[in-house]
Amino acid sequence: MTRSTISANFTTSLKEFKNQVDWVGLRFYSEKTNQHTIRNEHPESHSSKRDQGVMIEVMVDGHLGYAATSNLTPEGMKHAFNKAKELSTQASRVKAAEFTLDQRPSSRGNFQSPYLHRLSTLETAETVDILMKASKALKVSDKIVSREAYVMLTETEIQYLSSSGAEWSQNFDLVTTLFRATAEDDKDTQMRNMGNSIQAGAEVLRDPQLLDLCRLNGEEALELLAAPNCPTGTMDLLIAPDQMQLQIHESIGHPLELDRILGDERNFAGWSFIKPENFGHLQYGSHLLNVVFDPSEQGQFASYAFDDVGNPATREYLIKNGKLLRGLGGLESQKRLGIPGVANQRASSWNRAPIDRMANINVEPGTATLDEMIKSVKHGIVMKTNKSWSIDDYRNKFQFGCEYGQLIEDGEITQTVKNPNYRGRTLQFWNSLKAVGNAQTYENHGSPYCGKGEPSQIIRVAHSSPYCLFSNIEVFGGV
Amino acid sequence: MNQREVFNHVAEALFNELHQDEALTVDFRGEDTDYVRWNQSKVRQNTSVGQKEISLVFDKNGRRLNKSFSAQVDKEWDLVEARKLLVEAREEAPNLPQDPFLVPFVNNGTSEAHFEGKLLQGASLIEAISKPARDHDMAGLYAGGLIEMGNRNSKGQNHWFGNESFFMDYSLYNGERAVKAVYAGFQWKQHDFEDSLHESAMQLAVMNRPRKKLEPGKYRVYLAPAAVSELTTMFDWGGLSARAYKTGTCALKKLKDGERKFSSKFSMSENFHLGLTPRFNQLGELAPEKMTLIKEGQLEHLLVNSRSAKEYGLPNNHANEREVPRAMEIAPGTLKENEILKHLGTGLYLSNLHYLNWSDLQNARITGMTRYACLWVENGEVVAPIEDMRFDVSLYDILDEGLLEVTDFQRVDPSIATYMQRELGGKNLPGMLIKDFSFTL
Repeated sequence: MTRSTISANFTTSLKEFKNQVDWVGLRFYSEKTNQHTIRNEHPESHSSKRDQGVMIEVMVDGHLGYAATSNLTPEGMKHAFNKAKELSTQASRVKAAEFTLDQRPSSRGNFQSPYLHRLSTLETAETVDILMKASKALKVSDKIVSREAYVMLTETEIQYLSSSGAEWSQNFDLVTTLFRATAEDDKDTQMRNMGNSIQAGAEVLRDPQLLDLCRLNGEEALELLAAPNCPTGTMDLLIAPDQMQLQIHESIGHPLELDRILGDERNFAGWSFIKPENFGHLQYGSHLLNVVFDPSEQGQFASYAFDDVGNPATREYLIKNGKLLRGLGGLESQKRLGIPGVANQRASSWNRAPIDRMANINVEPGTATLDEMIKSVKHGIVMKTNKSWSIDDYRNKFQFGCEYGQLIEDGEITQTVKNPNYRGRTLQFWNSLKAVGNAQTYENHGSPYCGKGEPSQIIRVAHSSPYCLFSNIEVFGGV
Repeated sequence: MNQREVFNHVAEALFNELHQDEALTVDFRGEDTDYVRWNQSKVRQNTSVGQKEISLVFDKNGRRLNKSFSAQVDKEWDLVEARKLLVEAREEAPNLPQDPFLVPFVNNGTSEAHFEGKLLQGASLIEAISKPARDHDMAGLYAGGLIEMGNRNSKGQNHWFGNESFFMDYSLYNGERAVKAVYAGFQWKQHDFEDSLHESAMQLAVMNRPRKKLEPGKYRVYLAPAAVSELTTMFDWGGLSARAYKTGTCALKKLKDGERKFSSKFSMSENFHLGLTPRFNQLGELAPEKMTLIKEGQLEHLLVNSRSAKEYGLPNNHANEREVPRAMEIAPGTLKENEILKHLGTGLYLSNLHYLNWSDLQNARITGMTRYACLWVENGEVVAPIEDMRFDVSLYDILDEGLLEVTDFQRVDPSIATYMQRELGGKNLPGMLIKDFSFTL
């Protein structure tokens, strides 16, 4: 079915549906994803997926209900609309919340990801050739027993129309890379992963530094193989931006989601230790901690102009000078709780309803140089790159493991250690923040894999951060 | 034309258009599911999803590409799209290097299975759940509908599987105290659901007692089947994969190599007799109906798919692409249900675990949290619910000398996974009594 036929079907369907319910919205979603994996210089998989469908939202007696279909013919959409209308009419009699058109703004506009060269300019042959070279570059020794080079290239188009006049579209060009070196000898196995998820074009794979970085990745895997285990003890912890990503995500992002605070998520991912009355009062972290919801950062993986209900997205402080100011909740959660939130009601695709999701949640840079932070530590450790994550359903007690550790003794990095882990409690941890790196230490990291919701959804998130130094953290290693 | 007929029409048309040196597998996955999300026993969101996908796996001269698209279930539209992808695959294939570990398609036979259900629809769906739940604070998800899967290849293979089923995955709350249950099956029986709710409410009443705060340390624990199910999710992370073993990321490598062992009380198998999921994988290969993975503490078989079989010269047991268990069963033992508390004596009754991950993969060490109804027991009597605790344990400790007893009953834990699509499958698991379970925070 051509794109113009689909558009014509939407317009016709919207006219047909609009007088049968209090309000109706159509969210069309079309996504083309190409994935390639090379392992040990052999092709392992090449896949291309064209996923498209429409989510039909209806409002009946103050209740919002949904039906999604991959059948984009007028008959297919009519069938879905009738399903949405029927079930929503019944559900409206026992609805959990009452909504109005205030929760579905009549926004207009569009968004396009930044890029230098369109992803479509990357032919399969070029992509595979780059990944082959990367796989070879990872092999810095015969001890690198497994070398994986992976890329996921995604072009997404979202178009939204509603009976109240909303009409907007967004186009995303998304790149996820992963380069993995596994080193093994007769005693141990160690791994280093390098990669990122950003909004960009073909230029990411054509980066002239890529192969050098792959070689470094392989060398660090070898280094870990020869390294002693991370020691156990209470010490200062300097966290690199690629691990800060996970720390922010699990212990700031999720607990601040308003739908978790409202209990929607209790049966699945969990609740939150945060109460509505904490906003504006709780000292979440030390005065050095400044955290923003920023969908406007160019090229970050979860940047956008509108969330999936059409709420225009703006940069907002969640935590300023350590104090908790605002939660991560879209227009529906804001109405239910009566507190401000952000534009983050998002759906993973056409087949899921929008719920409160993280997007770009970033820690703002401070003033310390990396060297100054290391010099300030008498007994501590640097940790890079997450490899294990676990936190309780209220987002309090966490334990995270990293791939690569470096001991700091008397202000100097002395040796590399393997299997570094740390654990703690969220508020105590963030209040132990004693230095925040400056803009030179600031990095952007993204991930396509944040899971949440019933039915479940995997969505794109990103977290930029500088290096951050925490005091008196419980650290331990492997057996 | 129903979706099976459309799928057959598309597949046959494509097979007829193949060149002599080409081979093709065509796969179908369709779902019509009603999802209703509940909070405080009221409907938070209802979403009906009709999604269909057709996938092509194209082989030519040792090169393979996967192409898939969202189907309309219209024989003309879908064939047009499928043909476009076939042309694309044909053009792209010569640009790929040859894959030395590719296993050519063969005819793995024919199979057909359909499990008809009796599910809730429309008005009855909402009322059947909201009415008995109205006096409780319930959160959860109802998911029910038809799932169909088809798989054919140009060598003559032909499989079809249909399943009408549902689950109601819910938890009941008293403030922050909660109990969890799943009611699932092929036919909704109102009395069974109400009995499940009643039983959960009774369990919740126990949670009213003042909470006991535990200090970190080692405790004797009973893991109920749902907690064992969470523990076994870790086997999905490379634990039983031949490829993971060969690439150094298999957490049970030391078990496979005989350096460590589990207790002779521990046996695990893949058992497709459970009937929860089809035996055929993405390539239409049929796994054995039953295969022992771990027998009396010794690892007998890793899961091996065609690619690993060829790459590493291993016997193929037709595992799926990720080499994870699809129909896991752990053998029962001798501990009777009415003797669990007595045999636990003093320790923790853990109904559920949460958010597990490897803390030291090479030593099969796992961290995670207790969740829901976890209780402190003294001298065989339930004393109090506990404040949730973080644990950090090695499977080589808790499933070897630490494994004291296994229950003589098993519980089916149906898959409630709904990422991207509603998944089928499940596990059949007993409970386990374990000594020296280590809590850290």
